[in-house]
Parts: sequence; C-alpha cells; structure tokens
Amino acid sequence: MTTEPRLVEVRQNVLKQNDLLARSLRQQFRDAGIQVVSLVSSPGAGKTMLLEKMLTRLRAQCRIAALVGDLATENDAARLARSQAPVRQITTGTVCHLDAEMVQRALADWDLASLDCLFIENVGNLVCPSSYDLGEDLRLVLMSVTEGEDKPLKYPTIFNTADVAVITKIDLAAATEFDLDAAHANIQAVRPGMTIFEVSGKTGSGLDELLQFLQPRRLQPALLDFESQPRGVPEGI
Amino acid sequence: MHELSIAVSMIEMAAEEAARQGDVRVSALYLKLGPLTGVIKDSLLFSWEVASQGTPLEGSRLVIEEVPVIVYCPDCDQERIVESIQRFCCSVCGVLTAEVRQGRELLVTALEFEPWSDSAGILPAATLMESEMTQ
Repeated sequence: MTTEPRLVEVRQNVLKQNDLLARSLRQQFRDAGIQVVSLVSSPGAGKTMLLEKMLTRLRAQCRIAALVGDLATENDAARLARSQAPVRQITTGTVCHLDAEMVQRALADWDLASLDCLFIENVGNLVCPSSYDLGEDLRLVLMSVTEGEDKPLKYPTIFNTADVAVITKIDLAAATEFDLDAAHANIQAVRPGMTIFEVSGKTGSGLDELLQFLQPRRLQPALLDFESQPRGVPEGI
Repeated sequence: MHELSIAVSMIEMAAEEAARQGDVRVSALYLKLGPLTGVIKDSLLFSWEVASQGTPLEGSRLVIEEVPVIVYCPDCDQERIVESIQRFCCSVCGVLTAEVRQGRELLVTALEFEPWSDSAGILPAATLMESEMTQ
C-alpha cells in the first residue's frame, strides 16, 4: 500500500445544498405566481416598521403574507400581525441568518397559490444573510439615516448581493446631518446601478414609490423584465 | 458568525467523499474563497479546528485560496480585478460595473487523502457515516 498522500480534485460548492433548495423554492414561487421579497438590514434599521406599513397598504391591493425571522422573541410577528396580513415567525435560536430550509419549513403548510406576494424579513444582521439565497425574487437592503452614510462601505457584501437599497428613517435625515449624496454614491460604488428608495415608515414619505416598484409583477407588466442578479455560485457546480 | 456551520458542512462533505474513496482519511481540504461570500478566512480556519475535533477530519489541514473579485468592464471589454470591494470599478479605466465574474466562490476544489496506516488513533470516515445514519 502506498503511503503517499493522494490529491483528488473535486468541485463542490459548500452552500450547494442551500442553493439547490433556494432554486427549487424559486421555481415553486414562480409556478404559484407569487412574488417573494426579502428584507435585510442591521438590527434596528426599521425592517419591521417598514414591513408593517407595506403590509397594511398592500393588503387592500393584493393577497399578501410575511415570514419574519428573529433570534428569540416573537415581538416582530405580533407587530406585523396588526396589519391583519397572515404572518409567521421563524425563531432561529442562536442562528444569525435565515436559510432556504427554514423558509421551506415555515411554508410547508401554506397554499402558495392563494398569495400574490410574500415578504421575508431576515434576522437583523448585515453579514451572514449575504451568503444564503432564500429563493426570493428581490432582496431589499435597508439602511437607516441614523447608521451613517458609510454603511455600504462597511458591509459591501450584503449590498452587493441585494437588488434594491432602501434608506429608512428619512424624516430624521436633517437631525442626524445625514449626507444623502454621499450615501447614494457609496451604494453605487458597492453595487453599481442599484435602485435606491428613501422612505420614512413613520411619516409614510417615499412609501408610494417603493410600493409602486414592489407591486407584484403580474399586476404590473412593465416590471416583467426585471431580473435580479443571481445569488450564490452559478448553476451546475 | 456563520463560519462554524460552513465548517461543519465542509467536514460532512469531506467525510462522505472519504467514505466513497475507501479506507482513507482526509489529510487536507482545499477551498477557494471569494470575498463576496461574506465568509472570513481566519474565522473559518478557527471553526475548522473546533468543528473537526472528534471527527475523521480531526488533524486535517484546511487550505484556503482567497480569490479576488473579478468584474467585466464594458468599456474596456475586459475582465478586471476589483482592487477594493468598496468600489466595484474597472481597475484600468475606473468605470463602475456591476457584472461580477468571480468572487462568490465557496468551493471545495480538492481533497487530499492518505491511508489510515499513517495516522493512528482516529476513527475511519465510514464510522462517522454509520453513526450519523443510525441517529
């Protein structure tokens, strides 16, 4: 028997399992005619507030539901339930992000065909969620004006894997001396061409524009061509 | 933070491959790592040490090749290395470009095997597989 070490070439994507599951979820969503939008941000950027406002407004126009990831509490689900849209909590325990399997499990007994749009609120974290494709059509990354305009430069990876940036708490921009031009330039530097919205969940400013953009595509044919940049490693690996 | 679960996935993957290869142990795993995965090299190396203890991968080396982000520059019609992921631009003409050609890799490229006779006292990969299956 030889004692020489033997090198065997393989080509295995470590996140293959998640990517495959995400791909299958994406197909299920398409087959069911449902648009899936995820929200990522740091803790406290205003995901739940924005989502509550969006659910309340969109509920009149289309059949809508939300999944919300949180480490420990169910507070966010309780807040979102006030919108009267169906909401389900995913409690991740110590896990700092959602993955495709958690989404699949949470949706197991939902009739997807009865929905037009599903929102997925990720755990507040700007690092780990960037690695995990959830099968969503659109990933929104939120940054609040209180976090500073250089957030995209500190967390370029999450901005790069997202499709749309939303600057939140815009009503506080003057009070925090937030430099909007610098924020836009920083976002464009880490994700050139990214669509940016400026909103305030509190006053509702900018919400119309965002909702117009997010309206399910089959209700809004002009956006049918919108293709998000693929997340994860290309198919076949 | 998620490096530990990624290390565990790699260990499971390598143990499965070792079981397929027969009576061998994995002495090294070669990984290609892109900056856009959000995975930190040092954190992954630390997680590897911790997660491989008590598995057939204990004592194995994790060899990480960090690859740069490469984008396509439409103005130069060339693929270019991105010098800083804080600025996705062509390193020659400076134009911003979102077309990423490389940088999302979290790819196991090779496994190095050696016979069990070289390493005493560690359970063969097949043992782990069986114990997992009975759970």
